[in-house]
Amino acid sequence: MITMIAFYVFAAILIASATLVVSARNPVHSVLFLILAFFNAAGLFLLSGAEFLAMILVIVYVGAVAVLFLFVVMMLDVNFVAMREGVQRYAPIGATIGLVLFVELLMVMGAWRYAPSVSVLRAAPAPANVSNTAALGELIYTHDILLFQLAGMVLLVAMIGAIVLTLRDRTISRRQVIARQVARRAETTLELVPMALDAGVPVPSFRRPLPEPVASPEPASHHGALHHGEEH
Amino acid sequence: MAGFFQTPLGVLILWVLETLAILVPLLIGVAYATYAERKILAAIQLRKGPNVVGWWGLLQAFADAGKMLMKETIIPTGANRVLFLLAPMITFVLAMISWAVIPVNDGWAIAKINVGVLYLFAISSLGVYGIIIAGWASNSKYAFLGALRSAAQMVSYEVSIGFVMVSVLLCVGSLNLNDIVLAQRHIWFCIPLLPMFIVFFISGLAETNRSPFDLPEGESEIVAGFFVEYSAMAFALFFLGEYANMFLMSAMTSILFLGGWLAPFGIAPFTWLPGPIWFILKILLCMFVFIWVRGTFPRYRYDQLMRLGWKVFLPLSLFWLVLTAGFLMAMGWLPQGGA
Repeated sequence: MITMIAFYVFAAILIASATLVVSARNPVHSVLFLILAFFNAAGLFLLSGAEFLAMILVIVYVGAVAVLFLFVVMMLDVNFVAMREGVQRYAPIGATIGLVLFVELLMVMGAWRYAPSVSVLRAAPAPANVSNTAALGELIYTHDILLFQLAGMVLLVAMIGAIVLTLRDRTISRRQVIARQVARRAETTLELVPMALDAGVPVPSFRRPLPEPVASPEPASHHGALHHGEEH
Repeated sequence: MAGFFQTPLGVLILWVLETLAILVPLLIGVAYATYAERKILAAIQLRKGPNVVGWWGLLQAFADAGKMLMKETIIPTGANRVLFLLAPMITFVLAMISWAVIPVNDGWAIAKINVGVLYLFAISSLGVYGIIIAGWASNSKYAFLGALRSAAQMVSYEVSIGFVMVSVLLCVGSLNLNDIVLAQRHIWFCIPLLPMFIVFFISGLAETNRSPFDLPEGESEIVAGFFVEYSAMAFALFFLGEYANMFLMSAMTSILFLGGWLAPFGIAPFTWLPGPIWFILKILLCMFVFIWVRGTFPRYRYDQLMRLGWKVFLPLSLFWLVLTAGFLMAMGWLPQGGA
């Protein structure tokens, strides 16, 4: 009874927020409704006893992917009027894709009914005393380890591709090399010169390590500091 | 009476009572955490700290709360009203609901779910929404900058927190928080997994936007960051949420690494104290370190923060994860079955 109510609540909010994702005027609101939709989908997973999938859905989609969406959408300078104009033009394509997806979903459901062999595949219950986390782990990491590795490789290639495409050599940026800073010692940096009173400073009393030959030219303020020392 | 609590109404009442039993002490704890923070910082800086309201300033937190209640809630003209008010609520609620799965003693949790660690991880990764929505809905540059900083920071440090959790889970063989604590009967995980413990604690500082990683607030550069436009109770909710998150991070640290409700040694003088007391003591210890760190370290620069997250903690935790898995495998110590 309570499960029933929970199911309809989750499903209703899911459908409503999914509708609002495409119909909301403000793209930021769209993303927020998308997040709400993810949440309710996670709720549906929970109700069907897939607690691991529910949590992973929240962690991966809500906690990571949607944050990046939100990031991008918030920073975009979106022209709302221009976006509205596109709706008329792309509506038929969207409707077609939606229809195809809907029919396919119906066929998936129908297959359980009309093809007796399919229902055997559907019923792959986890053993009674194993939680679905353990069952899923067994399936992915033991039985289908090669496929899992392959999927990981595809993602790795995609990641490397994205880095290669966006990497550009920025010669002007100044990098902080912490190892070099830590390796600095007083002996190479600081020199104590015994001085008579009022004798002036013939040698600048402290110097910095020489810059690397490839690095950017020395900042002007450095020379200023040296001359400053001599003036005294 | 026991029969009554089996009926639907009784179950409902029991849930409400259990929830109150954990939330009321938590909120009082949060109120006194603000007092403790001010007192400890004062002691570090050789000052007195709050000492006027009540004995030794003990009622200071309630005076502050009363002041917040009296103040006017100002909503900026250009703000998105609904989201502006929703953001502090999200932050506060998320900080509260995580406590549903925290086991205070053996089996003393409101929800004894099998995927407790994942639930905590999921909820803590949602915390960023309160901040990012607040920053965007305020329609203010400083608030938005704070929100962006916070989002980038939390997403970065979550990755290494995830790896740390997985290496703990490898040693336990279960995602259930109760089992995680029970697996530490012989040795707390902070000893064999010491580097992971340190990575987790520092990442926890970053995840809760605490000093030295409090760049989202950065009062010297972006005023107060994401909550610069907030006033009165909306501000107070952010404030309470931040401290409740600190408590949560401390509780997670004690469950994952410090043996939860277990006594340090399973022998006589230590076992006299009941489990919940030990758990609270461990949480308070972590809280003290949080405050101590704030009083000691200067704020990180933003690029250093990102460098630490991605170039130091991520490789380190990944390496240690592989090492842990390999070691457990080689020694044949992998926990079998489990929930």
